[in-house]
Amino acid sequence: MTANKINRLTEIFTRHEKIMLEDWLREQLTALSARQDLISEPDLCRQSAEFLALFTPACRSGSLTDINSPEWKPVLDFLASVSRSRAIQGFSPSETATFVFSLKQTLLAHLRKELGQDAVALADEMWTATVLLDKLGLYTTEVFQKSREEIIKRQQMEMLELSTPVVKLWEGILAVPLIGTLDSSRTQVVMENLLQSIVDTGSRIAIVDITGVPIVDTLIAQNLLKTVAAARLMGAQCIICGIRPQIAQTMVHLGVAFGDVVTKATLADALAYAFRQIDCTVIQQAPRV
Amino acid sequence: MEQIPILQVGEFLLVSIQVDLHDRLVLRLQDDLTAQVVKKQAKGVLIDLSTVEIVDSFIGRMLGNMAALSQMLGAHAVVVGIRPAVAITIVELGLSLNNVHTALNVDKGIALLQTLVKQSSAEVRDEAYPL
Repeated sequence: MTANKINRLTEIFTRHEKIMLEDWLREQLTALSARQDLISEPDLCRQSAEFLALFTPACRSGSLTDINSPEWKPVLDFLASVSRSRAIQGFSPSETATFVFSLKQTLLAHLRKELGQDAVALADEMWTATVLLDKLGLYTTEVFQKSREEIIKRQQMEMLELSTPVVKLWEGILAVPLIGTLDSSRTQVVMENLLQSIVDTGSRIAIVDITGVPIVDTLIAQNLLKTVAAARLMGAQCIICGIRPQIAQTMVHLGVAFGDVVTKATLADALAYAFRQIDCTVIQQAPRV
Repeated sequence: MEQIPILQVGEFLLVSIQVDLHDRLVLRLQDDLTAQVVKKQAKGVLIDLSTVEIVDSFIGRMLGNMAALSQMLGAHAVVVGIRPAVAITIVELGLSLNNVHTALNVDKGIALLQTLVKQSSAEVRDEAYPL
């Protein structure tokens, strides 16, 4: 019985490979009619042909119910690569799964043509085909989801790296321009970067510029104060600057205060204060005539 | 028994902690330090933590205590060489060590002590001979 089953599905695939590929392509093109900007027809054709070329031998040699068997490995690998590339190209999960599910309609149509009279055999074959294609489709979606998660994770890491630079303004003066909200994990990164830079440059002053911080609530203020306290333990004085008028008002309303930390309106004011602290003067030359 | 050496450098005392700190050791250090400050009539105390990797809440508190004790005995205290990881730990423990002076390394700590001593002696002069 089982051998029979395998033979029938495989038979259909081997005999009608050309026609099935055409039918399947037509199905896909109608389903993806709106997404022709993302993938070209020749590309889709190549992917489909390659899939069928791998699918048919897998059907012939392997079990039709267990896609985890080694015979199905090349098919799964190919599906994973298609799914991954589609995740990067910007397809939606259902559009990606359609790649496999659209084969179902073609396959069922051919099955009906072959086994039209034998209702029992037809039902059996349909069930096997459906289960198999469902499994493959779900696998595609799973890989798609995973690759999307990888992309998100990578972007998060990049953002974390990008948004926390520590720059040396002058001998003994560091600046930390903060952009974006300051949650606990980012505070940790900022703190580590700042403290390491203090050690590396031997700086006495650190200017924390919060012009790019959209909201300052009690939690963010506390995180800032932690950073200031840690820098102080390393022998560096912190100056907080770039508090926008709106934010200053909100902070006063909330009762948030930076305690005895020096605060300045702009980075320029903070730098001038820092120069005074390290006994450095900037002199405006008389204009040249 | 283990002991942390207290070295005299000019009119300052240098405490360089180079072993893992544990509670009893810190308590003993506190006793030794107060005794030495009085005996040597030190003007300042430097506590060097540059090789200390682990600080717990008790040791963090004792650092504050030692600084306060030194101030009480007339010596300025500066904690120097705190590592970034240790600084973060102390802050996360909720110990801000607000009353303790800090510096990046021993060199800068000595410079800071010198300015602190100069300031306080100027204050004393001002009080003795008011204008």
